[in-house]
Amino acid sequence: MNYSAYSIKDLRKGFKKKQFSSEQVVKDCINDIKDDKLNAFITICEDEAISKAKEADKKINEGIELPLLGVPISLKDIYLTKGIKTTAASKVLNNYIPQYSAPAVEKLEESGAIIIGKTNCDAWAHGSSGENSDFGPTENPYLEGYVPGGSSSGSAVSVAKNLCFASMGTDTGGSIRLPASFCNVVGLKPTYGRVSRYGVISMASSLDSIGHFTKNVEESALILSITAGNDPKDGTTLSEKVDDYESYLKKDIKELRVGMPKEYFSDGLDIRIKNLIEQKLRDLEKLGAKIEIISLPNTEHGTECYYIIQPAEVSSNLGRYDEIRYGNGRENFGDEAKRRIMLGTYVLSSGYYDAYYKKAMQVRTLVKKDFDEAFKKVDVIITPVSPTLPWKIGEKVNDPMAMYLSDVYTVNINMAGIPGLSVPAGFVDGLPVGLQILGPHFSEGKLFQVGQAVENL
Amino acid sequence: MKINIKHIAKLANLHISDEEGKKFEKQLSEILNYVNQLNSVDTKNVEITSQITDLENVTREDKTSPSLSQEEALSNTKSKHNGLFKVKKVL
Repeated sequence: MNYSAYSIKDLRKGFKKKQFSSEQVVKDCINDIKDDKLNAFITICEDEAISKAKEADKKINEGIELPLLGVPISLKDIYLTKGIKTTAASKVLNNYIPQYSAPAVEKLEESGAIIIGKTNCDAWAHGSSGENSDFGPTENPYLEGYVPGGSSSGSAVSVAKNLCFASMGTDTGGSIRLPASFCNVVGLKPTYGRVSRYGVISMASSLDSIGHFTKNVEESALILSITAGNDPKDGTTLSEKVDDYESYLKKDIKELRVGMPKEYFSDGLDIRIKNLIEQKLRDLEKLGAKIEIISLPNTEHGTECYYIIQPAEVSSNLGRYDEIRYGNGRENFGDEAKRRIMLGTYVLSSGYYDAYYKKAMQVRTLVKKDFDEAFKKVDVIITPVSPTLPWKIGEKVNDPMAMYLSDVYTVNINMAGIPGLSVPAGFVDGLPVGLQILGPHFSEGKLFQVGQAVENL
Repeated sequence: MKINIKHIAKLANLHISDEEGKKFEKQLSEILNYVNQLNSVDTKNVEITSQITDLENVTREDKTSPSLSQEEALSNTKSKHNGLFKVKKVL
């Protein structure tokens, strides 16, 4: 059976009406994953998922209500899952079986979700295209031979191709928003520290955000209301109360002030993407939003400093892979991990620390100030997610700098720690284009409000 | 921008062949040239940001809680001895 037209709500209604069981849905999804040629999954959790689905069916029959009861979801293979191989898409960890699960995963399971499999990604979440996986690239579901965006490539594809109903990804510089944009699904990068990072393999700890992919904005709000919250095991999680995200979905956007940063609509942007996003802004204006052109002057420098801070933290986090406690030797790192480890080691090495790392942390302050100033004038900011359409597999693999620059519209959001939501904005030449909505820290509710308005256009 | 790949690889505990070294030298120099544009930013009297949500002194209660058993902790190692990790001689 094909569930492409089913939302999570529809699925749960179907369970209750006995149109189908969770077991049947899980088995159908697993068959679809096996038939799929896009290489979205590294591990299928067949036996575990079917046995959990049977338990879920029992609970459904008993009338137990849980927000994701019996709903199959996938996880980027960077989330630790107790007893299930977790590779980070790297040969270094191709035999690693975690002894515990990430709290984010536990929360989803407590809400009834069924983990159907672990998705492919750029190894260690390093990349913008999904091509850096040691298990082969994932392909774009809309055009053969094109990248799905990365690093959470398989997660985006798993939702876009209806192989499951939601997927968890990670976003350090755009790794959820970019693939969401390239695969025509909704992708959320929450405020830094809103969701626990514990048990999620670290890339750059001051930037890593735990978010997700869904088919629509409403489900993005639903998933965040489950995953968000304080976790004593992650000292950077925030104690602020978790908002009632779903309550924002019905609010209109009259008088909402929307900023359009000129730096995100300048020369480097594909004119066809520009036209599409500007059209959406005009449509929002018709609904009563007030569009204002703003400036985020340190945008370009933000990208430069991202490529100092991020590899510096990568080199430190990947230092632990020494083959002693788990995993294989460091000779198994792929090229991109080696590049980032070396770049990070260099900028942190004696004599260079002040010129690079300290300087970058100062510029980070300026980037954050740009957003603080902007949010005094506007409620949200809207930008494109990517300056270009998805590119051909192989096009940028030998040019790391070109690959890095595909993140220019996403990295500063991580630098500032603010939330960002990518929602589908339409197509150019058969390839999806995403629109990015940004707000101050903790404004996820507002992002869902605007995201819902864009979705309804 | 010149980068001493051999030295950096040693610091990073990576084995880089001569051929790889050449490739990485070129690529890393390009990236460093790019990030060096930061030098044009005036950061005089600008504070650093290392924690973006301004958290300070996050502590937890000093209470013990269950942790991994010895057996679990060793479950992924290829090299153990008498319930301990076996490592190469350091000195």
